[in-house]
Amino acid sequence: MTTVSEPDALSWYEATARQRVAAFLDAGSFEEFVGPSERAMSPHLTLFDLPRAFDDGIVVGRGRLDGRPVSIAAQEGRFMGGAFGEVHGAKLVGLLRAALDAKPAAVLILFDTGGVRLQEANAGETAIAETMRAIVDVRGAGVPVIGLIGGRAGAFGGGGLIAATCSRLAVSEGGRISVSGPEVIETNKGAEEFDSRDRALVWRTMGGKHRRLIGGADAYAEDTVSAFRRAALALIDAAPPFDLATLEAEQERLERRVARFGDCRDATEIWARLGVNDPDAVPAMTTDTFDETVARIPEASHDAR
Amino acid sequence: MESLTFRHTTTTPSPGSTPRAITGVVASGNLEVLLERVLAPDACEVTIETPVRGYGDVWEAVVADFVARGPAGGLRISINDGGARPDAVALRLAQGARLMEA
Repeated sequence: MTTVSEPDALSWYEATARQRVAAFLDAGSFEEFVGPSERAMSPHLTLFDLPRAFDDGIVVGRGRLDGRPVSIAAQEGRFMGGAFGEVHGAKLVGLLRAALDAKPAAVLILFDTGGVRLQEANAGETAIAETMRAIVDVRGAGVPVIGLIGGRAGAFGGGGLIAATCSRLAVSEGGRISVSGPEVIETNKGAEEFDSRDRALVWRTMGGKHRRLIGGADAYAEDTVSAFRRAALALIDAAPPFDLATLEAEQERLERRVARFGDCRDATEIWARLGVNDPDAVPAMTTDTFDETVARIPEASHDAR
Repeated sequence: MESLTFRHTTTTPSPGSTPRAITGVVASGNLEVLLERVLAPDACEVTIETPVRGYGDVWEAVVADFVARGPAGGLRISINDGGARPDAVALRLAQGARLMEA
């Protein structure tokens, strides 16, 4: 169905959802559910005179990762910002619920979304809630759910909420994780509070390096499909059990984080308190230097979530 | 939205046996092309859904050019357009036809 590309050379950020899936899994192992030929398209977009996509902006199916069976979903960030519509959400929820029976080694969610698709807002919001519930059920059944974030749309809105329910997250420098996006914050609070055109501010507040340093993401990957593949394999084996002890540890971790950094005005202040020697150097760090920095920060790695 | 359908007969069937392929993404200035090997080897049908009205004759010319140049026999081609220019459409059609040759 898709052109096969070299995983070492293929940029995660630039690749389409289909290219990511094809290059991420073991070669030729992907089997798609509700593929484009089935034309499961949005019933709403035509009412707004907007074009539809044959897969409604999400590719779901199963395949193998290093020989192990996995379920996989990949959002297409370039179709309507990867936003959750009714069909889009139903495909993800269906994949997760099917994983309860299939019991794969992991469910992988390749996020690339601005959140709910506004033209089908109620259905999209419902899909977010159903997805979070389904992830909790899948994790409860002992199957880790791994989120991978490195697309141009990041993981925003409901996508940020869903990411927070995953067992483990891997992020690249270009990946962003948040709930309210930069423009939303600026619209509500003013440009003096948050200037959405200040790219450096946006990335040090929501970008991959910040999320990794504070333990919001559990792995940092270079912007290639093979780097995300290696990160995912490591995270599957490192996923914590989903039990009361893990949830209590997560609550404690988050409370401690608020107490420790709640008065910071900028991410660089947080990095300094975490013990980063030269916080201003973080955005320009190479992957190797950044990995060494993360290894010295105790809070960056934890058993919670 | 505007829906267009063009039916052609051709003497050059699409080689290979790939049953279906998809290329491109529905985004501004881009389009997705779904190709399915479901027609008789001398037939090619192209359907287009586009939010940009009034360019039927341009689409007709691009599709006719594609069928005249490429091995497109046997293919039903379905396009979701995001406002792509004719050169992008021609490129995607050629990419799609190549994917079907595997």
